[in-house]
Amino acid sequence: MRDVAIVSFAQSNTAREDRNEVEILIPVVQEAVKRSGLPRGEIGFTCSGSSDFLQGQPFAFVMALDGVGAWPPVKESHVEMDGAWALYEAWVKIQTGEVDSALVYAFGKTSSGDVAEVQALQLDPYCVTPLWPDADSIAALQARLYLEGSARTERDLADVAVRSRRDAMDNPHAVASGATDAETLLAEPYRCSPLRDHDCPMTSDGATAMVIVAGDLATRLSERPVWIRGIDHRIDPPALGVRDLSRAPSAERAASRAGVLEAPVDFAEIDAPYTHQELILREAFGLSDGVRINPSGGSLCARTLMSSGLNRIGDAALRIARGEGDRALAHATQGPCLQQNLVCVLEGE
Amino acid sequence: MSEEAAPVTYIVTPVRLEYDHSAGNAATLFLRGLAQRKIIGTRTGPGQPVLVPPRGADPRTAELALEAVEVSDKGTIVSYSIVRVPSENIHFELPYVCINILLDGADVPFFHVLQNCPLDEVRIGMRARAHWVPDEQLAPTIASIEYFEPIDEPDVPFDRIREHT
Repeated sequence: MRDVAIVSFAQSNTAREDRNEVEILIPVVQEAVKRSGLPRGEIGFTCSGSSDFLQGQPFAFVMALDGVGAWPPVKESHVEMDGAWALYEAWVKIQTGEVDSALVYAFGKTSSGDVAEVQALQLDPYCVTPLWPDADSIAALQARLYLEGSARTERDLADVAVRSRRDAMDNPHAVASGATDAETLLAEPYRCSPLRDHDCPMTSDGATAMVIVAGDLATRLSERPVWIRGIDHRIDPPALGVRDLSRAPSAERAASRAGVLEAPVDFAEIDAPYTHQELILREAFGLSDGVRINPSGGSLCARTLMSSGLNRIGDAALRIARGEGDRALAHATQGPCLQQNLVCVLEGE
Repeated sequence: MSEEAAPVTYIVTPVRLEYDHSAGNAATLFLRGLAQRKIIGTRTGPGQPVLVPPRGADPRTAELALEAVEVSDKGTIVSYSIVRVPSENIHFELPYVCINILLDGADVPFFHVLQNCPLDEVRIGMRARAHWVPDEQLAPTIASIEYFEPIDEPDVPFDRIREHT
């Protein structure tokens, strides 16, 4: 296996953007490319993650290429997934030896449509989508099963929100943040019981870009490259009735394959759009109570769909690059109720 | 085959989603211009190519192109096709001509429809101008230009538009 490191990362999240996707993307890509120290023309591969359903326009992702430099023509690919899966494809591309570097980016303008409803389109098109269950209702089914089957309570969910919002106060890219307490949050009405507003993600518009490079190049470009020591993604069946929604077996498997258990991690950036999903994932990853979770505030405080998983990985990488930890778990999710999960292990030198 | 045993080959599941778009900075400049009978392109800066309609980026450099530049509503046809296929969305009488027209002051051709021109007269290098809707119908939409039509100006030699064809 070739060693691959993250050498730069940039992101932008805003509650609602009036700019178009390309206009949002350009400054973010420029910042990531500049910080990488590699001229754009020397980056060997470009891979992106986005979903045209967010914009309601076909081939919206092709338009985004105007913003990343496709002239002269470049090697390029796209996944209709969170940018974390584009990172995986780029990592594989580097493993093949065909390229030594890659630009990975993702973007999502979630404010254009009703994002909770748009996500109904990822469900079974014959038997479930025609009922138009919104994403929050589907997540609430999972939350109910989880709370009924564990010793956890709505108070534990509120605690996740309180901690996330407090940590987000230090993150200029978070959209929701602030000091609050569980009593205040629990006094609020339900959105979809047992979930209240604070249990659901603060959706946002934005973009993310990252440059990854192979071994020697990483040490030349960066004083403290952040190495991707392991990366794996797994999927559970899509039908909501055929798996135990209160668990995330694919997350468990991905973490194991990525090598999470081989040594303790200093912190974890977990892509948990809903509070209860963080608790399910902590159990899936076998994280002890001492491990700091989501120092960025996580996807609860800024969820730019298609970007937020890659943001977790980038936030973790920046933290390691700053020396605030040597080993971290970073995670991305996609699909209803934590159906698809990607885990990577990041390490400083 | 009995009805019970026959496969279900057809179901109706309507999908309706509403989007509240913001056009973005570059497209907003362009659309606002159309409402004032102007065609606005953008460029990354002085001396750089003027792109119209603008989408916010110069794809050759991947830089933001947000400096507004008004271009002419006259231009030179750099390619055309005579369309003989009906479409529910097209109200022009068949056959009609669609064109790529290089507007004066722009560096990329612009797509529209040509009218008031016998089919055997349309040609590369021909000069044409936008025919706008009446003032009271002007709006921030490409439909503010109904079509292009030929004007009485000499053809532009092919060599001068070769790079745009």
